[in-house]
Amino acid sequence: MNTRSQVLLWAAQRASAAVLAVCVVVHLVTIIYAVRNGLSAAEVLGRTQGSVAWAAFYALFVAAVSVHAPIGLRSVLAETFNWRGASLEVTVAATGLALALWGFRAVYAVFA
Amino acid sequence: MKNDFRARNHPAYWAFLAHRVSGVLLSLFLPLHFWALGRALQGDAGLDAFLRWSEQPLVKFAETVLVVLLAAHLTGGLRLLALEFLAWRDWHKSLLALAAGVTIAAGLAFLLNLP
Amino acid sequence: MSALRVSVWRGTESGRFQSFEVPRLASQTVLDVVTFIQRELDPTLAYRYACRVGMCGSCAMTVNGRARWTCRTHVDSVAQGGRLEIAPLRNLPVVRDLVTDMTPFFDKWASARGRFQGGATRKDDFARVAPGSPARQLADAGIECIGCGVCYSSCDVVAWTPAYLGPAALNRAWTLVNDVRDTGNRARLAAVAGDAGCHACHTHMSCSERCPKQISPTAAIAGLKRATALAALRGELEG
Repeated sequence: MNTRSQVLLWAAQRASAAVLAVCVVVHLVTIIYAVRNGLSAAEVLGRTQGSVAWAAFYALFVAAVSVHAPIGLRSVLAETFNWRGASLEVTVAATGLALALWGFRAVYAVFA
Repeated sequence: MKNDFRARNHPAYWAFLAHRVSGVLLSLFLPLHFWALGRALQGDAGLDAFLRWSEQPLVKFAETVLVVLLAAHLTGGLRLLALEFLAWRDWHKSLLALAAGVTIAAGLAFLLNLP
Repeated sequence: MSALRVSVWRGTESGRFQSFEVPRLASQTVLDVVTFIQRELDPTLAYRYACRVGMCGSCAMTVNGRARWTCRTHVDSVAQGGRLEIAPLRNLPVVRDLVTDMTPFFDKWASARGRFQGGATRKDDFARVAPGSPARQLADAGIECIGCGVCYSSCDVVAWTPAYLGPAALNRAWTLVNDVRDTGNRARLAAVAGDAGCHACHTHMSCSERCPKQISPTAAIAGLKRATALAALRGELEG
């Protein structure tokens, strides 16, 4: 991976971090509020299903996480196991893709 | 020859450690989280079964830990964004204390709101 | 008169700690202790020093696990229970005993383009640089570095990522990035960017914590991250 790409990875990591900062604060407030009366499927899905705004919010959340987590894991794996090169890049990209797919599936499950 | 804990025993390093550990643990948790939410595809019953299981005290404790991890990673991350993007100031040590404080507050808020 | 129990590293990468008993004196420095051992107890001990007054950085070693200048470390402030552990600087090849090979450290300095590149000739007038200007203040904050290696030795990323340029080289590059007379910054930014450059820094701040001149390489590296990211987004980053 050339230098410019590495720099852009860093930039993407920080940009997704900024997006996640907003998403996480909203998410934390939401779950702390939601957990007050105990959680049940009826309560949760009653609020979420059909809500386009919340679906869009969580879709953005999933997208940001799918960028942020793999780039972070890339550094951790490289530094912990001295694992560098194409095999690491492919593995890390695959985790990003997996997170995105499972995440969007979960968004669909809860909001559709 | 490599450094041992004596060289690492200072606040900014603990902040790094907390950030890295919380990040890794959250990454491992996420697939589980997405799977659990995906149970809603089986209708209300699918999700309800999971939610009932999660009412056990041990699971609630684990959830509290996760909230703390998330808050720690968030506040630590905001501290890093400040360190990297704002002009360097001498109050960066205070950022760490602030991050730790907010993390504990979030964990408590979750715990105290459990029915 | 009480005595110090001093463990000193002997050998190369592989070796062992050897124990010595050294008389404890008032206002004694760790360099005094090492010198006493070599002159009075074991002449085969290899170590480095030069100025012994905190100007040259040659006497840097790992004392009780932390890199420091031994000439500026009073025994009283580090000897817990009358014990001292003295080892060579970390993250550098060990030549023998307390002497490290500084070559990789200075090679990385060069790789980071830590050398001034000017465009003026003797026919040009002096450059006028306002000392209070923001760029000059940023450069001045890091300009006092004497290349002692303490920060490099303290940095875990240097240990985890062998190609990492390290705090000193990057700090020097930052002082030149902020030098309005320097003409080589396009290439310099490319040289300090990426996985082996400033982007590998995880803000452990061990460098800033340990620098004997109170320089903050972390601040310099943060500046380089911003400068390189801007250059990359503008398509100005070579490589």
